[in-house]
Amino acid sequence: MHEPNENAYTRRLFLQQGLTLASMVTTVPWFVQNSAHAMMLPLGSQTASQAGVPEDRILVVVQLGGGNDGLNTVVPFGDSRYYNARPTLGIAAPGRAGNNLSALALDETSGIGLHPSMSGFKELYDDGVASIVQGVGYPNPNRSHFTSMDIWHTANTDAAGTGWLGRYYDAQCNGSPANDHAVAIGRTAPLALIGDQTKPVSFESADLFRWIGADLHDDLDDPYQRLNRTAPPKDVDDDGQMAFLMRTALDAQVSSDQIREAVSKRPLVPYPGGNLSQQLQTVGAMIRAELPTRVYYVTLGGFDTHAGQANQHAQLLRQLGDSLNSFYKDLKAQGNTDRVLTMVFSEFGRRVSQNASGGTDHGTAAPMYFIGDMVKPGLLGQHPSLTDLDQGDLKFTVDFRSIYTGVLTDWMNSPAQKILGGQFRKAQIIGATT
Amino acid sequence: MARGALKPLHESDFEYWSTHHLLNRAGFGGTPGQVRALTNMGLENAVDYIVDYQGVSMAAVEADRFDEDIMRPRSDAERNEIAMARQAGNEAVVERLRLQRQAAQRADRQQMREIQIWWLARMIETPRPLEEKLTLFWHGHFATSYRKIEDSYHMFRQNQMFRAGATGSFKALAHDIIRDPAMLKYLDNNRNVRRSPNENLARELMELFTLGEGNAYTEQDIKEGARALTGYTYDDNNFVFAERAHDSGPKRILGKIGNYNGEDFVNIILTKRACSEFLCLKLYRFFVNDMPGEPTGAARKFIIELAKLFRDTNYSIKAVLKTMFTSAHFYEQENVASMIKSPIQLIIEAIRSLRTPTRNLAALVGAGDLMGQNIFYPPSVKGWPGGRTWINTSTLFVRQNLLVYLLTGRRPDAYPWEKDGSNYDAMHLIEHLRDETGAIDVEQAVVYLLRFTLGREPHRTRVDELKNFVKTHGNEINNTLLVALLSLITAMPEYQLC
Repeated sequence: MHEPNENAYTRRLFLQQGLTLASMVTTVPWFVQNSAHAMMLPLGSQTASQAGVPEDRILVVVQLGGGNDGLNTVVPFGDSRYYNARPTLGIAAPGRAGNNLSALALDETSGIGLHPSMSGFKELYDDGVASIVQGVGYPNPNRSHFTSMDIWHTANTDAAGTGWLGRYYDAQCNGSPANDHAVAIGRTAPLALIGDQTKPVSFESADLFRWIGADLHDDLDDPYQRLNRTAPPKDVDDDGQMAFLMRTALDAQVSSDQIREAVSKRPLVPYPGGNLSQQLQTVGAMIRAELPTRVYYVTLGGFDTHAGQANQHAQLLRQLGDSLNSFYKDLKAQGNTDRVLTMVFSEFGRRVSQNASGGTDHGTAAPMYFIGDMVKPGLLGQHPSLTDLDQGDLKFTVDFRSIYTGVLTDWMNSPAQKILGGQFRKAQIIGATT
Repeated sequence: MARGALKPLHESDFEYWSTHHLLNRAGFGGTPGQVRALTNMGLENAVDYIVDYQGVSMAAVEADRFDEDIMRPRSDAERNEIAMARQAGNEAVVERLRLQRQAAQRADRQQMREIQIWWLARMIETPRPLEEKLTLFWHGHFATSYRKIEDSYHMFRQNQMFRAGATGSFKALAHDIIRDPAMLKYLDNNRNVRRSPNENLARELMELFTLGEGNAYTEQDIKEGARALTGYTYDDNNFVFAERAHDSGPKRILGKIGNYNGEDFVNIILTKRACSEFLCLKLYRFFVNDMPGEPTGAARKFIIELAKLFRDTNYSIKAVLKTMFTSAHFYEQENVASMIKSPIQLIIEAIRSLRTPTRNLAALVGAGDLMGQNIFYPPSVKGWPGGRTWINTSTLFVRQNLLVYLLTGRRPDAYPWEKDGSNYDAMHLIEHLRDETGAIDVEQAVVYLLRFTLGREPHRTRVDELKNFVKTHGNEINNTLLVALLSLITAMPEYQLC
């Protein structure tokens, strides 16, 4: 028989003490975890997190891949030139067509409405917990998906370098191994989250965030757990590679338990079907389980609507609006809407004029969307002109790095200029109260 | 014969596990048989065999292996056509040309995937492992990413350039790099012209490629160096010196004054002692030890003496590598199994040393990406920072699961099991342990397996864990049990070291 080892954590111990111990492990700085005993703090001795203190704030980034058609999402129905440019694709003014075909009016005077599929988002907007920033872009727009996405991710118009949120993490950890990582739901980590020192945790689904060797044979699980849930023994140099790897392995097991346990719970509100919805549900579960993660990243693709746009786009926006709505309600039921800011962006908008295939081609400036109790609500910025165009494309009215500056400064309490490598006029994304 | 900090390992101290370490570092590990054969050659011959790999015959890469015209720039006639169509508002023609371009880009991305697979296969199959290991080193040193280049042939060409110059003179490589189309595009030197200089290449040339950040140069040197590099650009697949864009006026670079061009700029940099020390530090971190922080004590001395040798041999990479791999320092216990394997090292070493099936090469390229090393796509011009940055909770799972995949065919991404399943025969790893009756002692096998995979004497608790596992599963080692043991060993945190 295997002798009991004071350093070995059995699975049962972890299951017994469950999340409390687990979440403590990931918040106790790694250097305190140098022995088995340091981790065995009495349950509940962990400092409770306080909503509203900066360390508690969370950013959820929603990426719309392919280039979302901004003009058919936030619809300038008051401008006849919109209908000239989009004879068949244009969304009718409120009340001008059937219920599912007319834009949802945002307010009486602006002449701006939302795509009818965005009703879930519209509800949040009407409740004063969402905003739309119009005409976001950057100078000399690049129309390649790849490059423009990299520009948004690096916050650099050369599309070179590390990710802006990776640099945010780098600025936090000052070269020492970070205790907290951004979490991306997806196969690979987005460039935005990759810093010099920091790499995000990414997984396609929580069920893959574990050792699959256990599926080979039941008997492999116990020895595996013993090998990976062991704090470094006393004769191992605490600063050495071995100790570092053992700590990370232990951390991985704990995070895996925690995340899989978190997502196995029924959410507090129903979520609709669809991939984005599933991702947001996972994020909601992780936030509910009090994971220390401050940045989450989810993606929805398919926005590259060159042909037959109408139906496809309507479905995508339905999924977007409804998922965001459920996600907010989930956070509301958790009591977390004041500490989670959700930001939605796409690499570019689409050309003003529709093309010959009932679709739209790659364009430039497009709106961004924000959700959370802290946002300055409403329709922000100026809708780009439909006459003053640059080769058939909209001219941006807000630089996306101004938006990042607002988010980093007013929400993440971090040095925006250092992280973005330049000074940009701060966009007021967060309401004045915070 | 090297003395002082570089003094060679005593021939009698060169044994099986020294070779094992040498093969891990100078290559991607080897099978028990390969380790034995190389050990029998003795230290100096073994190192010569590894470093003088030109002597090992290997089919040359066919010149037409990949399509060099895949991203051919538009001809004058085509440019003319599109301009006229735009002017005339002929949407159909504009659309046709746009679609043509899109198709070319799709084909190019496909070729890039093929080149990734080609290189990975080459690393797995080559009889000259150091050649590929160095190509990977230079790829990380002169980091260039397809993300910006968007021309797979330029990436392939650069890769071949690194391979051809891998053990030659660093001087030659430094001169090659300022004429390499991929690098010229990556660092915007195609936009570096007399009337509006672009400093990107000049800056990184000193900061990242030769001298090291802040070493021996000033911002003014960057500005002047950029002027020397004006007009260094490319046309299609070839380097072009655009004389009209070149600033031929006098410059002051690193204290010297003259009408310098790019070649002069490189030559001036190479006179600096900082250059040899910076390069030797990088080679040391790649091949010997990459512990965080500045090297101190014996390591520092070793690097400084190595740098002197580098200068004395006119920047001979081969001379530095031979001295490094024969030195007693290289084999010190603190340098053995002390480095975190890069994702590529992890993949290739597992296949080459354990002789697992290669499974699906595209899946392996993807796994490299998941673990943070997508070849031909380094994250920035700084290359892959390596060391502990490879590891976090998710990459650790990917690493462990990748090994399960190689050992058993179980895909780590919820795809169904491969049909060929675990067609892996691991018994070759321990055949040599059979006694005269043909039996294999469990303790001996477990200790050997652990040392062979982990690279150093295993902790007693690990031996006991595995022995216990064998005992409770029939107490006899057969292939199935061996694969189970290997799944456990490769899931040990210390398996990430080499």
